[in-house]
Amino acid sequence: MNALWKLSQAVLAVAAISTSSAIAQPIKLGELNSYKTFPAFLEPYKKGMELAVDEINRSGGVLGRPLELITRDDNGNPGDAVRVAEELVAREKVDLLMGTFSSAVGLAVADFAKQRKILFIASEPLSDKIVWENGNRYTFRLRPSTYMQTAMLVPAAAKLGKKRWAIVYPNYEYGTSATAAFKQQMIAMQSSGIEFVEVAVPLGKIDAGPVVQALLDAKPDAIFSSLFATDLAKFVREGELRGLFKDRPVFNLLGGEPEYLDPLKDEAPTGWYVTGYPWSAIATPEHKRFLEAYEAKYKDYPRQGSVVGYSAVMTAAAAIRKARSTDTAKLVAALPGLVVDTPFGKVSFRAIDHQSTMGAYVGRIAVKDGKGVMVDWKYANGADYLPSDDWVRAHRPAD
Amino acid sequence: MAPTICPPTTGCGRIGRPTRDTLPLSALLVQFVNGLASASSLFLVAAGLSLIFGVTRIVNFAHGSLYMLGAYIAYSLVARFGATIPGYWLAILLAALAVGVLGVLIEVLVLRRIYPAPELLQLIATFGVVLIVKDATLALWGPEDLLGPRAPGLKGVIEVSGRAFPQYDALLLVVGPAILFGLWWLLKRTRWGMLVRAATENRVLARALGVNSTLLFSSVFFVGALLAGLAGALQLPRESANLSMDLSVIAEAFVVTVVGGLGSIPGAFIASVLIGLVKALCIGLGQVEVGGLAIAFPKLTLVAEFVVMALVLAVKPYGLLGSAPAVPATTSTAEHRALVKPPGRRGLIGAVVALVLAALLPAVGDEYDLVLATDVLILALFAASLQFIMGIGGLASFGHAAYFGLGAYAAALAVKHGVAMEAAVAFAPVAALAGALVFGWFCVRLSGVYLAMLTLAFAQIVWSIAFQWDSVTGGSNGLVGVWPSAWLASKQAYFYFTLAAVGAALVAIAWIACTPFGYALRAGRDSALRAEASGMDVRAHQWAAFALAGTFAGLAGGLYAFSKGSISPDVLAIPRSIDALVMVLLGGLNALAGPLLGAAAFIGLQDWLSRATDYWRAGIGAVILLLVLAFPIGIGGAAQRLLARIGR
Repeated sequence: MNALWKLSQAVLAVAAISTSSAIAQPIKLGELNSYKTFPAFLEPYKKGMELAVDEINRSGGVLGRPLELITRDDNGNPGDAVRVAEELVAREKVDLLMGTFSSAVGLAVADFAKQRKILFIASEPLSDKIVWENGNRYTFRLRPSTYMQTAMLVPAAAKLGKKRWAIVYPNYEYGTSATAAFKQQMIAMQSSGIEFVEVAVPLGKIDAGPVVQALLDAKPDAIFSSLFATDLAKFVREGELRGLFKDRPVFNLLGGEPEYLDPLKDEAPTGWYVTGYPWSAIATPEHKRFLEAYEAKYKDYPRQGSVVGYSAVMTAAAAIRKARSTDTAKLVAALPGLVVDTPFGKVSFRAIDHQSTMGAYVGRIAVKDGKGVMVDWKYANGADYLPSDDWVRAHRPAD
Repeated sequence: MAPTICPPTTGCGRIGRPTRDTLPLSALLVQFVNGLASASSLFLVAAGLSLIFGVTRIVNFAHGSLYMLGAYIAYSLVARFGATIPGYWLAILLAALAVGVLGVLIEVLVLRRIYPAPELLQLIATFGVVLIVKDATLALWGPEDLLGPRAPGLKGVIEVSGRAFPQYDALLLVVGPAILFGLWWLLKRTRWGMLVRAATENRVLARALGVNSTLLFSSVFFVGALLAGLAGALQLPRESANLSMDLSVIAEAFVVTVVGGLGSIPGAFIASVLIGLVKALCIGLGQVEVGGLAIAFPKLTLVAEFVVMALVLAVKPYGLLGSAPAVPATTSTAEHRALVKPPGRRGLIGAVVALVLAALLPAVGDEYDLVLATDVLILALFAASLQFIMGIGGLASFGHAAYFGLGAYAAALAVKHGVAMEAAVAFAPVAALAGALVFGWFCVRLSGVYLAMLTLAFAQIVWSIAFQWDSVTGGSNGLVGVWPSAWLASKQAYFYFTLAAVGAALVAIAWIACTPFGYALRAGRDSALRAEASGMDVRAHQWAAFALAGTFAGLAGGLYAFSKGSISPDVLAIPRSIDALVMVLLGGLNALAGPLLGAAAFIGLQDWLSRATDYWRAGIGAVILLLVLAFPIGIGGAAQRLLARIGR
């Protein structure tokens, strides 16, 4: 109990010091994310954010003020996320909110932002609803959504002309919407009949043996999967063993992201069509600059999360610069149409639905030097993979 | 050139109808064999859990963490020794032994000190261990998934009726029954086994006959932990070592242990085979058309084991091979349950002072303090409703979040359909009451851990329905836009509203506890046999208590929905139920102020620690451990005792 008392004294002292050091009135970016729940993605994400903050502050800050990043863990559930957002807004008095990972949390914080009238840059959550069915004035989303990334894979899938597709997906909104998006788009693109067999899998708890067996028994011509992380690893191993992928093209959403590809090492499934991030091969000047800075600072290579974190902070900075203020109304007016420099090139936020045009790299997996890499890849610009404006206007509530 | 893009929800054309050739019998058989392979590793974990519970009566929540450590340690050892045949298997064995030793350490350092405490207190002590192990694993091995090499010599496949079956899975098929046989031999043919069986049957009598229970418990923990570690290590060729292994395996292991009958190893084996087969069957059947209705059987895997458990417990209240405990129905913790007197003058003054202080909070604190305080009040009500059935009713519940969630969803759905917010908050407890009446009727037919697990099964079933019913409940995303009416929109106003509602509810619970009904419940808790003999219908009373507890939990849920502005299925999920348990046990099972203290401690801890350090989870685990070791009867209980001593 003595130790507890000393510890609390120490914490209070540190808190007192930190609150009294507001020299040049920093701009506070409130960031909340599920750091403990998804550490593989979010530890690199945090590094990306901190790299961006460093870069900006070293070159003089924004509007002459330094950026201060205040991060909180939202515990992976919407209730705690809203509480933490409340703390950031009410106590830390942040100028804007950003972050979140899972769609449920993203949607809850987006609604909170609408209620509290504060800007929210949803950096990672992929749910289509964040900008469409549940879109609001104060929420902007950076990453290409489930719909967009599925749409990036569909052209290659349709070109194969396969008739019988097996779809395996994690049984929650991300998986079901990826499945629905894939089905609808394939039907539109392919003139001849096409049929689907679906297998749902509990998130994180795939029973790989029976699932692979069920897929084999269904005798599909090709497979579309939205599995990731632990499920993907089990699925790949079991599938290779039982010959599921022999002579069968496989498409996997997010499969080329280093977070999910690297753990597979030399068992990375060759030939799979994936969306991802071929960090070692991108030669654009903006990416090279980012890669060098990241490796110099962290002695490690960037992951997809690093790019997202970096770009999210860049978005915030660009918005504040364009608005010439940190006032929410001005920021919310500045973001639509805003162009941001990211390691993937220039990205803009659409006025019609607040979705950014950030894209993803589409390619195939190969194994080089005992590690999985993406080959034959190209950058798919997010702007090309969005539905028509009329459709968006019909499905997004008026601001 | 941008390709034609079809809008997601309306589409551009007809969706092809999924066709499925009728599944040949050989395919089904192979699926069964697949199910058996997964059942083997599940059996190993459940056997260890069953063994530990049978002897020590400890619900070892940390068993999943031991499984996870087994996988991680095996990964590191295989990397050290190399993936050759001797190196690989040595690594697996050493990993299992290392985890066995860790299990003994946990038992000696933590659990031994709290054996005299109420049984469920050890549960949250092990929960504290879970949190610490999780963060320690993250610190030691990093956040990325670690995929180990495949077992040398077993990398190929065998042909089974034209299909490829992995050689390693064939090994697992053998390992399960081999361990079963090994345990049978150990329990039936060795002296140690005889002592274990004696202690399982009647711990008190065994101790009276001179069995050194300290050594016995430690050795049982060693074997149980070793089995868990072995299970984790054997998973290395099949899955990557990752940080969510502990929680994903523990629920299933509990289910298997309960279905088989606590303390019965053959029961655990049969149960794991049953559940493995059911899950494989669900996946194997795929999407089936039954009379025009398309049932996607793989979607049932989300909750299949809980449905099986509910069905088994409905027919066999003590699991397949379990039996009623030999110890009579008088609780061994009776000495911890001081006679709950109605709060005297001091208690009433204390309550009024607390109320006044709370009402002054908006004047001294900022908006965030109000948010925290609202959270504390809501969770205090939730915890109080759980404390009502656990402390007074004597019925442990692992699935109390079901009623909290039912209330939250009922309120949110009502508001979404145009009902006024105030009416929705009033509707929440009604919906939860309905659920509690239905579930309670089944649950009160059981006792002890079986009852607790059945409540968990119901909570999981409700969770899976909310999780998948996209059109009504919003599916895994939940519902947003559930804000209070204009007059309650400010944090201050909502805080007062919550204070009034929760205050009234807490007073009501305290009042009910001191009515004849409350005393009747306590009679049923302390000695059901005597109570029945004196003419009391214990089951009916317990059912009523269940319903009441559910109602109050539902009210808390309704208030919660509007305080957050959104709800998602995790108001129904296992972690929510566990939070309630932790709050109740931290505060004290028998102290009237317990829930409030427990909720304040829990939320305060979480809030403060998550800002203080990156490893806040380990911090919370450590503090929980310290509190449990320092206050075996809970903070509230210790305060009560202290006050009683002062007053004397």
